[in-house]
Amino acid sequence: MSEYIIKNGKVYDPKTGIKGDISDVCIKNGKIAEKVSSKAKIIDAKGKTVMAGAVEVHAHVAGPKVNEGRNFRPEDKLFTYQPTGKNTRMAGGFSIPTTFKTGYEYAKMGYTTVMEAAMPPLYARHVHEEIKDTPIIDEGAFPVFGNNWFVFEYLKNDEMDNVCAYISWLLRATRGYAIKIVNPGGSEAWGWGENCATVNDPVPYFDITPAEIVKGLLTANEKMGLPHSIHIHSNNLGNPGNFETTLDTLKIAEGVRPDNKFGREQVLHHTHVQFHSYKGDNWANFESGSKEIADYFNKNKNMTMDLGCVTLDETTTMTADGPFEHHLTSLNHLKWANVDVELETSSGIVPYVYDPNIKVCAIQWCIGLELGLLAKDPMRTFITTDHPNAGPFTRYPRIMKWLMSDKTRQNMLKGFKNSDKVIAATNLASIDRELTMYEIAQMTRAGPARSLGLYNIFGGLAPGMDADVAVFNIDEDRIEDPEDIEKAFSAADCVFKSGTMVVENGEVISNGNKRTLWVDAKIPMNQQVKRDVQMKFLKFYSMNLNNYEVSNHYVPNPYVIEVDN
Amino acid sequence: MTKTITDVICPFCGTLCDDLIVTTDDEGKKIVDVENACAIGAEKFISASNHQHRKTRPRKLQEDGSFKEITYDEAVEYTAQMLVNAKKPSMYGWSSTSCEAQSVGHEIAELCGALVDNTAAVCHGTTLVAVQNVGIPSCTLGEVKNRADRIIFWGCNPAHAHPRHMSRYSIFPRGYFTGKGQKQRKIIVVDPRPTDTAGIADVHLQVEQGYDYELLQALRAAVRGQEISGDIVAGVPKEKVYEAAEMLKSGRFGVIFFGMGVTQSLGKDHNIDAAIMLTSDLNNYTKFSIIAMRGHYNVTGSGQVLGWQFGFPYSVDLSRGFARYNPGETGTIEVLKRKEIDAMFVLGSDPGAHFPMQCVKEISRLPSVAVDPHITPTTEICKVHVPVAFVGVEVGGNCYRMDNVPIEARKVVEPPEGMMTDTEFLKAVLKRVKELRAD
Amino acid sequence: MDIVKLTLTKVPGLFLEAENITPDHFAGKNAQQIGELHVHLGNQTAKISDYFSVEGKGGATAADTRIIVSGPTDKVKYIGMKMTAGEIEIQGNTDMYTAAWMAGGKIHVKGNVDSFCAIGMTGGEFIVDGNAKNYLGASYRGDWRGMQGGKIIVKGNAGSDTATFMNGGTIDIGGNVDVHLGTHAEGGKIIVRGDAKGRVGGQMVKGDIFVLGQVERMMPTYIYKGEEEAELDGKKQLFKVWIGDMGERHGKRKGEIIYGKIYIPSDGAEGIAAATHVEKKKKLTEKQLDKVKEVFKDQEPTVQQVRTYIFDSFDVDMKPMQVSRLIEGLKR
Repeated sequence: MSEYIIKNGKVYDPKTGIKGDISDVCIKNGKIAEKVSSKAKIIDAKGKTVMAGAVEVHAHVAGPKVNEGRNFRPEDKLFTYQPTGKNTRMAGGFSIPTTFKTGYEYAKMGYTTVMEAAMPPLYARHVHEEIKDTPIIDEGAFPVFGNNWFVFEYLKNDEMDNVCAYISWLLRATRGYAIKIVNPGGSEAWGWGENCATVNDPVPYFDITPAEIVKGLLTANEKMGLPHSIHIHSNNLGNPGNFETTLDTLKIAEGVRPDNKFGREQVLHHTHVQFHSYKGDNWANFESGSKEIADYFNKNKNMTMDLGCVTLDETTTMTADGPFEHHLTSLNHLKWANVDVELETSSGIVPYVYDPNIKVCAIQWCIGLELGLLAKDPMRTFITTDHPNAGPFTRYPRIMKWLMSDKTRQNMLKGFKNSDKVIAATNLASIDRELTMYEIAQMTRAGPARSLGLYNIFGGLAPGMDADVAVFNIDEDRIEDPEDIEKAFSAADCVFKSGTMVVENGEVISNGNKRTLWVDAKIPMNQQVKRDVQMKFLKFYSMNLNNYEVSNHYVPNPYVIEVDN
Repeated sequence: MTKTITDVICPFCGTLCDDLIVTTDDEGKKIVDVENACAIGAEKFISASNHQHRKTRPRKLQEDGSFKEITYDEAVEYTAQMLVNAKKPSMYGWSSTSCEAQSVGHEIAELCGALVDNTAAVCHGTTLVAVQNVGIPSCTLGEVKNRADRIIFWGCNPAHAHPRHMSRYSIFPRGYFTGKGQKQRKIIVVDPRPTDTAGIADVHLQVEQGYDYELLQALRAAVRGQEISGDIVAGVPKEKVYEAAEMLKSGRFGVIFFGMGVTQSLGKDHNIDAAIMLTSDLNNYTKFSIIAMRGHYNVTGSGQVLGWQFGFPYSVDLSRGFARYNPGETGTIEVLKRKEIDAMFVLGSDPGAHFPMQCVKEISRLPSVAVDPHITPTTEICKVHVPVAFVGVEVGGNCYRMDNVPIEARKVVEPPEGMMTDTEFLKAVLKRVKELRAD
Repeated sequence: MDIVKLTLTKVPGLFLEAENITPDHFAGKNAQQIGELHVHLGNQTAKISDYFSVEGKGGATAADTRIIVSGPTDKVKYIGMKMTAGEIEIQGNTDMYTAAWMAGGKIHVKGNVDSFCAIGMTGGEFIVDGNAKNYLGASYRGDWRGMQGGKIIVKGNAGSDTATFMNGGTIDIGGNVDVHLGTHAEGGKIIVRGDAKGRVGGQMVKGDIFVLGQVERMMPTYIYKGEEEAELDGKKQLFKVWIGDMGERHGKRKGEIIYGKIYIPSDGAEGIAAATHVEKKKKLTEKQLDKVKEVFKDQEPTVQQVRTYIFDSFDVDMKPMQVSRLIEGLKR
């Protein structure tokens, strides 16, 4: 394998604590090295920014609902296509790009690891088929547990050992990475057209509440010592006044200490918090609840969050929160797809146009950025758009620009059609914080990697870590126009994935050697769980148990994170 | 000693039953018994292992109309040359094969600037168009089994076309919330004919042939409590329409299954559009889903693979180096009819039997290759026939059920000696196409 | 205004894609530069000059450019796609997507056009002297934003699915239209001066449809509301008005529900009650049969061709199966 030395760049690396100092980064045998031989290829990064490859903590990039989104939105592809290149397949789509485009676009932005945020276990094979066809980036997928009948029944009976054994089995069967919870209980209630709007609404017929589900899975997660914490999308998403439900959910984790061997410091990750930080009680008096959420979050250090920033584009919302999507289609009257998955989850898809001229959309835009600016610890606050829900991931460079430039934000605020009303309903006008390059590195590299329990491999530039490195053509001390930030982060100067140069001058030059990350929790199936699984498959599933597990050839290049108990 | 293989997937229809038990002889070469399958499914296994009637080597059509056996290498060469030299080749079929084969095929199509289309073009393509217009509230078949108390079969006849559908998923099974099985369910069949499925229905709405759209919209109006014009709507008395609407609303979980009776009769996608909107409307009162009764066992899979690779479920035109989609223009029937293509590659389908005569004639005029384990009308009019192993019997691979659930098909016996699988054949063609293009 | 004359000199083997033939692309270019622009045939790329002779030059801007296309352009797609200004005159027929996503300017086709013309149109004027096929002024697949502005005038007939998802603008059809007119429309105005085949305004949320001839069969979800005066062609006239689609959602304005409306002239054809079904004769006379025989002598006509011919010439709607038997008979 080739050796490289990236010389003279301004390095931003929270792992080694380098804050923009001129430093050299050495790459050898696919890893970051202390030094390299004289044969190493020299990359001159003078006047440029060097960071570890970025880590995506939450995006919908592969699987049944993503693909339904692609197939049911041909108009999303109109005039977006890039033809077949020397090293690339043809690639198209805007809010829901094809798998090839997904890989290329992430790589071009310097992202090298991506987590698919919701995998219905029954469809795990589909998720892995798509991951297999997504070039360059390493990927993992989170199976959903928050509406799973096994989990409901074990938790109701307080059978914690069985919950752990079942989770361990399902992670293996689906080649999954972490415990994802989406609208706990609410998606099951949607099976009857109902929902759980608060953490105390009982799930119909199952005699359990969302709070109990979250608490139970959180306890199981720590008992098992999984690399990632529970990853939650709480109840009541997208509704005015929902910040209270969000706080109720966060409180469940209050005081719980993390228990794992992966350096993870949180016990709960709350995703796309923007959608959960709304005040007011209807769309007319809708306003930002970012302060309340950020304050709580700043005080409680055992949790992490990602933003879910609205980018003001036409996009496609998709979530395992079935009832929410039904609610959304009744608001915007656009096409609605829904899939309820037996015993496991539900999901929905609706296109959405975030129009800056609509007050609510502009407020949502503010809330996402406010959260990023009010949160004091960038190691616990990550940039996402909940791709493609609040906007496509290809807009990350734009969000970085907004977070780094107060001027740009204020100009946007002033430009809105309902500017005064938007400013009155939000806090953004009074926040002048501008994030630094180092903080961006924390929010997109070190932070997400640590939260996923991967900080010993990804998200940093310490010797021995995977050589995922990105060089951007920008100098923090010489930014004349904030637009340069967006431009630089949109097309990296060069990107290395596990020591292979995959992007050069903003163009994909190699498809790398992508891997699939999954977690082997190694808890053996006990007889009880084995019997329960067999019984449920026999009676209630529409598939035979022996056809459920994803075979190895769908995960041709696995990176198994083993949990030693 | 015979060998028994359990949990075998049936590679016939979109129901994709995965509980078959296949017994082979001790060498694993011949299938002696198939349990749990319907008559059609069982026959597929038994006939596959009956080698006498099968062609095991490629054949080339001679000028006198006879076929001459050629080697697989020669077939690969002919196919690759044909595709590389064509200005606008079409690669059609893909519904009776695995996703792995489809994926290789797509790469060839991308390199050759071909059209890629699957059998949805003559089947549920109109459904996909409707879904693009108005979405689709749906669920997996297990949800139907566990919850549904209102089942509607609209323009489909599972008693004959999807024989185990009713017992496995829809009418008879006892699920978690449906312990009483059929007794707990109301069955409505909408069909102009008194079919066997209609025979077991609680209500049979005998719609006037070709007026499903009117009936569906009238049902939507009735669900909303709105007025309807006329005393008889599409052959159904108005009171019956209101009654049916009430029956749908009063259920706790309903599902509409629909088939070619609505997808390919007058109105096509509009019929499905209205049916989907009816389902969508009903979700304001109760819980409702709608599921297409897909035909081929992996036509759904073809749509999925096309979806994640190119973003469109069928009728994809890659000729310009990027993907375009517009049924009506890029569909295989249209391009054949309008003479828009200059080469035809068929795999895993039988357009010779299903397409309009005008299109079949056009296929026979063009340079053409058919890849199919069987001798079919298509293989007889194409210039080259490449027989391959049966997917789901002699080779495994991923398939998608009608509700998009992926299930991996199993291999139960060895193919006849020296036969290629379709994935192997396509990989050889891909390799040769890359070589030819490099020159 | 500068004029560019394009004459098709070589009939393409397959179909030609010529989205570069627009005033926007021609503006500021001389004949040679225009000839260098690309056209596409399948996976092949060629130059405009490979297929057309080019005379004249483009104006300084698109608005100053007028393009005259002549020759047998039946197999040319995408002329005038996305054009924003200027003029195109096509002297013969063109194929699909003529005027697709047109935003401004004017296109005049003197012959017929095929399907998907003027889809996603947002502005400008599109005039067809002959017939248009299906999806005229409709939306692209999946898009809920169909025709949003501008004007389409077709002097002959239009096919099915005309004006799907129409949101604005005007479509004026001189002849008849096939089924599914104005489906999902949420605005705009459609005038059909001949007959409409049925399913007029299906799933329409809002918008106006005038049918001056007959509606073969009105949707059961349209309710007759009585007579009303409305303006058409600059004068006020009395129309019978149906409102609907009762199965569809509708918005409110000032507390009142806004429906889609179908207008039929009060003094028009009799018996346009709901569920009217105009049954056409189904048999041919001996004389007519002879005529069919003569027209299709020494040809291998398709069922569609013969059926259309019979329908157009004798007003007899035969079933495809009958036609197929008839063709068999003709052969013998």
